[in-house]
Amino acid sequence: MTSVPVLYRRIGVALAGALLAACAAAPNKDDPFEPWNRAMYEVHTAVDDAVIKPVAQAYVAYVPELMRTGVSNFFGNIDDLFTGINNVLEGRGNQAGDDFGRVLLNTTMGMGGVFDLASMMGIPKDKKDFGITFGKWGIPQGPYLFIPLFGPTTVRDGTGVLVRYFTGPIGFIDNIPVRNTLYGIGYLDLRAQALSAESVLGTAALDRYRFLRNAYLQNRRFQVYEGKPPPEEDEDGGAQTPPAQPQAPPAQQQPTPAPPAK
Amino acid sequence: MVRFLIRTLLLFAFAAPLALAQEAPDALVKRIAEETLAAIRADKDLQAGNPAKVKELIETKLVPHFDTMRMTALAMGRNWRAASPEQQKELTEQFKTLLIRTYSNALTNYRDNKMTYQPLRANPGDIDVTVRTQVTRPGQAPVPIDYSMEKTPEGWKAYDVVVAGVSLVTNYRDEFNDIVRSSGVDGLVKALKAKNQSPVAK
Repeated sequence: MTSVPVLYRRIGVALAGALLAACAAAPNKDDPFEPWNRAMYEVHTAVDDAVIKPVAQAYVAYVPELMRTGVSNFFGNIDDLFTGINNVLEGRGNQAGDDFGRVLLNTTMGMGGVFDLASMMGIPKDKKDFGITFGKWGIPQGPYLFIPLFGPTTVRDGTGVLVRYFTGPIGFIDNIPVRNTLYGIGYLDLRAQALSAESVLGTAALDRYRFLRNAYLQNRRFQVYEGKPPPEEDEDGGAQTPPAQPQAPPAQQQPTPAPPAK
Repeated sequence: MVRFLIRTLLLFAFAAPLALAQEAPDALVKRIAEETLAAIRADKDLQAGNPAKVKELIETKLVPHFDTMRMTALAMGRNWRAASPEQQKELTEQFKTLLIRTYSNALTNYRDNKMTYQPLRANPGDIDVTVRTQVTRPGQAPVPIDYSMEKTPEGWKAYDVVVAGVSLVTNYRDEFNDIVRSSGVDGLVKALKAKNQSPVAK
């Protein structure tokens, strides 16, 4: 474990580095605050490595899988409620029906959501949030942000998370110790679920910050466009294909390796 | 007469592998995925993540169905042409190693996964198709995984994997581009080598 003074020193170095890098970094159009975000990523990594990750690893190591699944299901049930609400807001009534059906079934027969009976019965789980809904409504994502102890987000998606936080059922629990315990367990559950993805990221990425950012932004784009995102501009800012063109199947590729048409 | 015989023999010699290569891309993806999952479910060592065994499984089962050179070329973008043939070979080798390491790390989590396969939407003459699959894990929303595939003389091969909208090749392009810009193609080879020699992340 990193001791606290070392932690502060790492954070201090990160911030100083960020200020220096601010002058040098090549700008990314989605990440105008990259130097700041990178510093926040360093802060996050320092705190996470020292405290949160070990706790999450211990949770996975010592708490039986059955119980952890119950915990994930309990919070997943609340997610389903919000997925339903967002599907309504996006005008997808059928999907919302599935989602509310899941919540109804799992909350009652599934003991408050601990058992995911709906999945066993073949009602598919979906995942929607306010950030996706805002995106569907045409609200731009705004700058990318990396928030320590929270993770990658954008101004739009982060706003969605705040909306969710202030409307979520756990926030209405009056007993403060109970409420905070639930928030704590929910956080731990999310962090534990991210452990395996994180180790894959660590193996795959040459630059973890950038890899995570690009993956996050690509994934959110995909969700907002319901799996059919229009062609993206390449890193030089020029469009790879004219944006006005309707979604055409990819052009016939040469059988030999060749760079994509510029 | 002799020439006819030789021609016929040659025809047979080529016909056999060709017949194998005719396996449709979606059928191929399904067969490989199911065989791989079955291998993991049947082997305790694989489930425990025995590195040598996992690596062997990936190298024998999966790698032959990926066009690693095309993947590297796509990840390099326009920098691919700036690389000499030796550098291209070296880059492909290092990128392949990186992908094998990444897959090794991810594969052992797949035991409880269920794959579903969407019907292929392609015309008979297509040489470039997208095979769409979905991975379902207990208690999670399904994750779409698409394989971009091309027809080659040795059968269909994947040149990109898109997980929940995140393209492997596109994600690396940004990284590769930046390293080439700052330290050239050799710098990228060096960076990949260093990455591959570093211990696997926990």
